Amino acid sequence: MTRKRLSTAVALTAAASLLAMSACTTDPSVTEDTGSPAASAPAETTEAAQEWFSQALYDEQFEQRTADFQGDEKQPWLQYIAGDMSDTSDFASTGAKKVCFANASISNPWRQTGWITMNQQLKVLQDKGVISEMETRDAQDDSNTQIADIDYFISEGKCDAFVISPNATAALTPAVERACETGKPVVVFDRGVETDCATTFIHPIGGFAWGIDSANFLTSKLQSGDKVVALRILPGVDVLEQRWAAAEKIFKEKGIEATDYFTGADPTEIKKIISDELAKGDVQGIWMDAGDGAVAAIEAFEDAGKDLPVMTGEDELSFLRKWKDTGIDAIAPVYSNFQWRTPLLAVEKIFAGEEIPAEWVLPQKPIPAEELDDWLKRNEGMPDGHYAKFGGEDLPGYPEVWQKRQIP
Amino acid sequence: MSTILDPAAGRAVLQQNRAGRGERFLRGLRTPGGGVFVLLVVLLVAIVIQNPSFGEPESFIRFIGRTAPIAIAAIGQYFVIVSGEFDLSMGSVVTMQVIVAGNLIGDDDSKVIPVLVLMFVLGAVIGLINGLVTTLLRVPSFIVTLGMMLALLGLVLFWTGGAAQGNPADSFRQIGRGGIEDVPVLEIIPYPVIILAAVAVLAFWLMRRPYGRTLLAVGDNDVAAALTGARVWWVRTRAFMLSSLAATVSGILLVGYAGVHPSVGRGYEFTAITAVVLGGVVLGGGRGWVLSAAAGAFALEALFTLLNFMGVASTWRNTVQGVIIIVAVAAAAQSWQRKRRGGSAAAHSEQQRITAAPEPAEGTDKGGN
Repeated sequence: MTRKRLSTAVALTAAASLLAMSACTTDPSVTEDTGSPAASAPAETTEAAQEWFSQALYDEQFEQRTADFQGDEKQPWLQYIAGDMSDTSDFASTGAKKVCFANASISNPWRQTGWITMNQQLKVLQDKGVISEMETRDAQDDSNTQIADIDYFISEGKCDAFVISPNATAALTPAVERACETGKPVVVFDRGVETDCATTFIHPIGGFAWGIDSANFLTSKLQSGDKVVALRILPGVDVLEQRWAAAEKIFKEKGIEATDYFTGADPTEIKKIISDELAKGDVQGIWMDAGDGAVAAIEAFEDAGKDLPVMTGEDELSFLRKWKDTGIDAIAPVYSNFQWRTPLLAVEKIFAGEEIPAEWVLPQKPIPAEELDDWLKRNEGMPDGHYAKFGGEDLPGYPEVWQKRQIP
Repeated sequence: MSTILDPAAGRAVLQQNRAGRGERFLRGLRTPGGGVFVLLVVLLVAIVIQNPSFGEPESFIRFIGRTAPIAIAAIGQYFVIVSGEFDLSMGSVVTMQVIVAGNLIGDDDSKVIPVLVLMFVLGAVIGLINGLVTTLLRVPSFIVTLGMMLALLGLVLFWTGGAAQGNPADSFRQIGRGGIEDVPVLEIIPYPVIILAAVAVLAFWLMRRPYGRTLLAVGDNDVAAALTGARVWWVRTRAFMLSSLAATVSGILLVGYAGVHPSVGRGYEFTAITAVVLGGVVLGGGRGWVLSAAAGAFALEALFTLLNFMGVASTWRNTVQGVIIIVAVAAAAQSWQRKRRGGSAAAHSEQQRITAAPEPAEGTDKGGN
């Protein structure tokens, strides 16, 4: 009897730790940033006092949505909002340089698409003799790994420039500061860190702009009292929380009843949630903080034989195609994937001594229904996990490299 | 049903001790393995009270359909648990099979059958490895399947980089998403419901075959089982294979139901083990009914649905689920122990009666060490 009891206890403990572990290993299939929530949360909470909503950021990003962007519209990855510039004349030098890239991960289709684009951009710059090679270390969604990666680059001492796509805001700040202390140029992109020591910080407008664009679209199509189900990937990641914070505020103001769920981007979970919600009553709208799983959400309506909702997804092709097939009323918010080109082009400018924006805010325009056909046509033959606004049409290898998902 | 639990006492002894059908039924309900059915009914009634439209035949059959994958996984896990082992690799097998289907089938209908065959072969091989390493190399199954879980997960990450590249052909997805349409009353009978029914019947039949009886005996006391001449290593290895094959079936259904994503199957081993334990199957082996394991899966899903309908805030759901699961499992464990001690309640006196039978067979109470 004791044997049995003991093994029960062991098994339960094991099962519990297993749950915790599988939460780490297979963690977030988040679209943009797979930062460990635990690591990034404290930093944000001190800033925003436990609330992810910040009126100042909301207002700033609200304005930036319609701001004037400098540069050629046909090259949105080089556009920026006028502001403080970094003087890079001290870095000016000739010859091919070695770039060291500390990447958070390539564990979701958004990051994979960007990673492919970045490598094709690298080829162009190698041919031009700007970059000799790019050494990349992939932290696989682990902040500690990424800190070690950056320290490895520093101690190796062979990097002429650092490119960092941080895994988590607070956790990576000291490591980025150490990279800055080497006196070499540092380019940070996608998610930020809490220091402005980097030569430039490249990112699209941000999470609030996403929330504003998507929620405004839904509220314009729905009436007060309508029901919206919000499908969120996971809690505690600033970019995602800001999207929801903005959307939630707008839903409240407009009297839309919004219920939010965490799905882990798991289509099984999404289908269950929607089926249960449909069993409870009609749902008029679906809001998503990332497009991963949007197709499962639409399928749940189809399976239940209900009217399809008004919906916001993302510029992932699986969603755009389903949108076209079903003819739903939708919008695709965009977290500009072409930003993966910008860091290497920034490195080129830095070594040419050209001044670049200290905070390089890239355009972030959603895809409305009018533009759907155009974006689908431009991305014909691309796989479902591809992102429409990847911005690599003029790079070598287009379109085969993206079609075949040749991940280096 | 209770005959599965009966020790190897002679049939005559059994007959002598048998109460009427009604009493046996009630007695069965008061064991953990039967209690889960009561729990399930209570949960379903609670859901219908919360939300009457759930009780409509069409909603209900769809609920069964979407629970089928986890119920099938629980049935697979039951074989391993009842033999005294664990299979933690189940979730990873599901994920791997989902990715295999997505990557190998693509849009090509002609590849559906060959890839299906390949998936079953893969499933059987994984179970075979789990079983052989556990039994012949004597590595605890907890470690073997944990290693297998991580190895498969790594393989999936390596293969996909952690992201899905699109769904397989619709004809393949129909297995998990479609159904027989235009059925009176129900409107639709989803294929997963039919597959679940088939798996349940097979499992029930298997547990009544010599293999099933040996499996229970091995789980209860493998030394004794070995002394009676059972090939313990092979009995257990087959249990692991059944588990991996069940995970494969779940994976096939999930590709259809949900689509391809590396997160599909995540935590399935945990859910399956919880379902099995909720179904009154004793961890450590030797006791429990296979259909109770499936009922445990349904009770678990019904619980989640109920919490959803009750509007429990999304941030709280995990906590509520966790607490309820611990309580349910603790209650089940207590109940089995009372039974083992030969508790006072009439419902638990079956063993006493057997022991009091004219010619009690040796080792009637062999599990009670």
